[in-house]
Amino acid sequence: MEITAIYYLVPALIMFCCGVYGFITRKNMIAMLISLELMLNAVDINFAVFNRFLWPGQLEGMFFTLFAIAIAAAETALAIAIIINIFRAAKNIDVRSLNEMKF
Amino acid sequence: MESVGSIILYLIVALSMIVFSVAAVTTRKILRAATYLLFTLFAAAAVYFMLDYEFLGAVQIAVYAGGIVVLFVFAILLTSKPGDNTEKLTSKSRFLGFVAAIATLLIAGYALVSRCAQLFQPKPEMVTPDMETVGQTLMGTGAGEYLLPFEAVSVLLLACIIGGVVVARKR
Repeated sequence: MEITAIYYLVPALIMFCCGVYGFITRKNMIAMLISLELMLNAVDINFAVFNRFLWPGQLEGMFFTLFAIAIAAAETALAIAIIINIFRAAKNIDVRSLNEMKF
Repeated sequence: MESVGSIILYLIVALSMIVFSVAAVTTRKILRAATYLLFTLFAAAAVYFMLDYEFLGAVQIAVYAGGIVVLFVFAILLTSKPGDNTEKLTSKSRFLGFVAAIATLLIAGYALVSRCAQLFQPKPEMVTPDMETVGQTLMGTGAGEYLLPFEAVSVLLLACIIGGVVVARKR
């Protein structure tokens, strides 16, 4: 058996779909953030796989993944700060019940 | 032709990636979801190692497993009691989630299958990028070198630090 690009892309695709499912069904904000991380990681794997299999002499995909990891870290830190602030104000991080700022 | 060991390693990594990512979005205890996310991230790091991007795998373990998951666990313990179950899903939201996930799977799967001729090529030879190459590429200003994004990310991280302090501070 030869391990080709598709063998890496299919698990990443399933991981992305799990992220989509979790992002829609979850109500807890942190659980939604976890689903978001799943999606981001699936896309990062895709960048690395395409770089490795289609253009092995270059490093574009690898560096895109590197910057995506850095930006994802910043985004998660800020999102968790916001979530903790919301929890302090509303004692609750359930997105369905946080509707006071709507109008 | 791959060796038997690398095929077994691949099977373990792919299966754990699929199983743990499904478990992370279906478990009802939030702390367990974070733990399953950690295992999925380790599987992603293993994929990077298998693709010969050793620096990327190390960054993935250091930043995600070492930083982000710890942050998640802190936030979970601050905002919910451990052992709490989330309430059961309504069938409507589960149906919506299934439809969206299956639609994504079909569209992306169709895109994969319709362009799959290149995706069945064996892995081409590559020199593993060593630290010197990575550093030169990250710090250079020529074509295909990334000094400007590197500086932009450093400004972004500074903004993120300030934003985190300002948002989470007690009034």
